[in-house]
Amino acid sequence: MNRIFAYIEHKGGVADDSAAELIAAARKLDPSASPVAIAIGLGPELDSVCESLRAGYAEVWKIANDALAYPNAELVRQALVKVLPAGSIVLVPHTHFGLDLAPGLSIKLNAAYVPDILAIEPLAGNSLRLVRQEFGGQLSAHVTCDISTGAVISVRPGAFKPEPSAATGQIVDKSSEVGSLSARRRYLETVVAEAGEVDITKHALLVSIGRGIQEQDNVAIAEDLAQALGAAVSCSRPVVDAKWLEKSRQVGSSGKTVKPKVYMALGISGSFQHLAGLKGNPFIIAVNKNAKAPIFQVADIGIVDDILEFIPALTEKAREGAKAGAAEA
Amino acid sequence: MNILVCVRRVPDTSENEIQLNSAGNDIERDDLVYSINEWDNYAVEEALQITARVGGEVTVVTVGDEEDEEVLRREMAMGAKQGVMLTDEVFTGSDAKGIATILKGYVDKNKFDLILTGVQAEDGGAQVGGMLAALLDYPFASLVNAIEVRDAGKLKITREIAGGNKEISEIDLPCVLSIQTGINEPRYVGMRGIRQVASVEIPQFGASELGVDKGAVGEAAARVRRLDYFIPALGKGAEMLTGERDQIVERVFDLLKERGGVQA
Repeated sequence: MNRIFAYIEHKGGVADDSAAELIAAARKLDPSASPVAIAIGLGPELDSVCESLRAGYAEVWKIANDALAYPNAELVRQALVKVLPAGSIVLVPHTHFGLDLAPGLSIKLNAAYVPDILAIEPLAGNSLRLVRQEFGGQLSAHVTCDISTGAVISVRPGAFKPEPSAATGQIVDKSSEVGSLSARRRYLETVVAEAGEVDITKHALLVSIGRGIQEQDNVAIAEDLAQALGAAVSCSRPVVDAKWLEKSRQVGSSGKTVKPKVYMALGISGSFQHLAGLKGNPFIIAVNKNAKAPIFQVADIGIVDDILEFIPALTEKAREGAKAGAAEA
Repeated sequence: MNILVCVRRVPDTSENEIQLNSAGNDIERDDLVYSINEWDNYAVEEALQITARVGGEVTVVTVGDEEDEEVLRREMAMGAKQGVMLTDEVFTGSDAKGIATILKGYVDKNKFDLILTGVQAEDGGAQVGGMLAALLDYPFASLVNAIEVRDAGKLKITREIAGGNKEISEIDLPCVLSIQTGINEPRYVGMRGIRQVASVEIPQFGASELGVDKGAVGEAAARVRRLDYFIPALGKGAEMLTGERDQIVERVFDLLKERGGVQA
């Protein structure tokens, strides 16, 4: 039987939420599995991560190394290749770090690689069946993976619900098996995102625009609507890529995490990277020309319409509403 | 600096509704509009900007067949010096590792200081760049959104990480970088530009010219295979409002008030 390992991302001595999600993913793969957590880092922060993992994992492999104070994917890969047994199934979160680590790790382990999975079926022989998404979430696909020489599987954050676990795992120190490490890519520093003039994380209502806004000049109609509603304008990635709005307005895993009461997704298809930035279960109103846009699966209210016509109509309504309110008062 | 950019032709999700075919085993490909994978286009633009600053040439390469030539020509019209087609019957059905193996064959026969890919493809999972780097034993960085050329065979690179933060590193050449959208503003390509490169010869290389082991690529070697496509059912689904726009707008405005989005 292939042993199952979970790569643990952590920061400031605390394991990422994915640590618990990977246990759930491992159990789907094999209900009787006892996955091994691998935590890599340095010093007391690593110790407290390992200690916290004992509650979910029966076994925690700790790898402390002077070169690993910062998780450089090239060095992490070298360490993993040294300690992992042949045929291992390695679960990695599909995050900014996972993207850096997983593809190359699969090559060095001579293992198959399945990226960004949302579901796993129980293992049957050497063949694993998984579900992933393509075309920005418009379609899902079943894929099979031959695990006879092992597999690296990156798991979409949030796709697996953590289940209660009552392990009292043991920590196994694997540091001595790793030895010295050297990288051809060297971490220099982290530059924290600038705040921007409008703080979209502080608004109860966001008028959020995506690719459907089509051109820079049309951003003004979203600004008008936001003003009429007392809201702020936020956006999805394509709008920032096109330089139509500042990075500080972007909602998503690479942008801001927001918690509005109501989120208007206008011309936003609803990729998982975008939805990852929406927390606190907001009421979502989505408008999109494409009736099959994934956003309609997660929205509360959906409207198939051209936002370039819908937005001005709603702005007009909001202005009338404001006038009526003023008259009543 | 000589730069290789690996590109792909993909169904354009901004131009098409991607739909399931009647058999459920593929997308409906009739009348589909294809284009250069968006991430790859940013990678080509970045390569052109680097060579404009420090000299060198840009080569674009793809694994495919005659239909895929149009994306090579498009990127040549942007300014890439050469387009290269890696094509062979035995390549059909390759998984990501197979594609990376084919690309490695081309890199081994040539000399590049820097290799760029897009972060991912519309129907992919951000695999080939990292795999190619590992096969070549080059250093790798994903999600790169700024590149600065330093002296003595090094780059200073910025990676996009969570929360809009940036991770800055130094990386030795040769290396492979996967390029994130938004790193630059890709230049416009007009019909005139494409006509100018229409007759430029695009060399083709197959498995034997590339020294690629036929057993390591293609469908038989693929350890990961797609079985089918299906329509995902993730959430409960939205309540869809239909009818006249005026009435919908009215309802939406009421909902905004009810749900606390608008103070009224």
